[in-house]
Amino acid sequence: MKRTIIAIYNFYIEGFKNMTWGRQLWWVILLKVIILFLVLRAFFFRPVLAGKSEQQKIEHISNELINRK
Amino acid sequence: MVETALVDWSRLQFAMTAGYHWLFVPLTLGLAVIMAIMETVYVVTGDEFWKKTAKFWMKLFGINFAVGIATGIILEFEFGTNFSNYSWFVGDIFGAPLAIEGILAFFMEATFFAVMFFGWGKVSKRFHLAATWLTGIGAAISAIWILVANSWMQHPVGMEFNPDTVRHEMVDFWALVLNPVAISKFFHSVFSGWMTGAVFAIGVSCWYLLKKREMRFALASIRVAAIVGIVGTFAVMFSGDSSAVHVAEYQPMKLAAAEGLENGGQRAPFSIVPGLEVPGVLSVLATHDINGFVPGINNLLDGYTTPNGEVMPSAEQKIERGKRAIAAFGEYRALSGSDPAGAAEARKVLDENIDYFGYGYIDSPQELVPPVGLVYWAFRIMVGLGGALLLLMCVVLWAVYKKRLASMSWLQWAALLSIPLVYIAGQAGWIVAECGRQPWVIEGLLPVKAAVSSVSVAAVQTTFFVFVAIFTLFLVIELRILTNAIKKGPEIE
Repeated sequence: MKRTIIAIYNFYIEGFKNMTWGRQLWWVILLKVIILFLVLRAFFFRPVLAGKSEQQKIEHISNELINRK
Repeated sequence: MVETALVDWSRLQFAMTAGYHWLFVPLTLGLAVIMAIMETVYVVTGDEFWKKTAKFWMKLFGINFAVGIATGIILEFEFGTNFSNYSWFVGDIFGAPLAIEGILAFFMEATFFAVMFFGWGKVSKRFHLAATWLTGIGAAISAIWILVANSWMQHPVGMEFNPDTVRHEMVDFWALVLNPVAISKFFHSVFSGWMTGAVFAIGVSCWYLLKKREMRFALASIRVAAIVGIVGTFAVMFSGDSSAVHVAEYQPMKLAAAEGLENGGQRAPFSIVPGLEVPGVLSVLATHDINGFVPGINNLLDGYTTPNGEVMPSAEQKIERGKRAIAAFGEYRALSGSDPAGAAEARKVLDENIDYFGYGYIDSPQELVPPVGLVYWAFRIMVGLGGALLLLMCVVLWAVYKKRLASMSWLQWAALLSIPLVYIAGQAGWIVAECGRQPWVIEGLLPVKAAVSSVSVAAVQTTFFVFVAIFTLFLVIELRILTNAIKKGPEIE
């Protein structure tokens, strides 16, 4: 089991080390993830219901649905 | 009252994000099959040429995948921020398929994708081939769950509304998964991906022919891609046929809008373009019967009686029942802690009218009509381009087998210039599906105006333009990496 895990680990590490054209793609992915999660998620997309308890969420949504015109 | 601008901007932002996401998905689905077939030929014949050919398309697949990865996550951000009412209201119905998709996608892609790219020479040929096929199958399986969630919004099944939690709760998982809309939508979407991958591969290969380089590679790639594309297009046509029947049954207003059909009836005509109609064809497409009854926009608004005597309510009647449902829901919420008998009575009224809940937010029947011009033309663009691309792929395949393609530069140019057309066809298809179901987020249960969060219009506008900027940047990066890889070529000859 341990040998299998080590073999899988080495497979990934060697794969990443020997990347040629794939390297710049990983930079693109990294840049995208940073923009998505550290910028957009943190500053622009705060879930409206975040921080509310379950009951508060239910009250909030039911008020929205009952009173929405 | 919720601002119209907020509804429109939220809708536009979601449409833009989904449209951008769909630039990457179909190419992933299509190239996966093409490269897997090529690798299969390599494993069967042992010819290194096919290994190098497969590796080149894998490279383009990898670039497209890397740039497209996580673009769908933004849609989930938008659910929480711009569509919080919707997100809560749908409950686990939407969350469960998306969670399965996320987990499956992660494990299948992290495993098989890695073997496919890192495993050359480290694992056996057959194991590598299996990983390549499983990468493609994994992408298709991911699509199933997304489309199950989407189809539930088009035709909600397998759930019950719980007024205590204000959520729809899943009562029948298999009804959700085996939703007929989901099945036809899955095949229609996946096979349209085959078309996209095929047209892309043929176009890129024809660029090499125009440049008089990589000739063997280009012709071999075209042969595989054209067969995949032709098979895919016929499958798109068959799944589109069953999709039309489902739309006629579950979303008749969408069909009426897509046809610009104001007054329906039996032997309903199919409109090729305005003023040019073929009698009876719409009835055949919608019901598989030339005498089938297809309601038009006015029938659906005014109410109608089907030939077998079924009386369909008017929009006004549905709106009235919707308002009754919302009022009963409010009453239930107010009484549930203090007056059990009153709450039970309100619950009864709510249950009787729950199917019309969303109509209670509609102010006038005209709101129930989607943008007819947009849906009508999007449908014709989708079908027209699909037909033209099928013809092109057939001609290209014929020219390859007759060994004439290398000298037909006009056909090579036509194939190259077709690459954007297959994307336009795919986007047009989604415009039909999504704009055609307006004003609904969930058919009959929740219109967009009730689904959006009470956030400021300025916030939605800001994020819209931030997205446009970021998406454009990533698209430019992708095109640059992709064109560089294509210019470099497969390095075979």
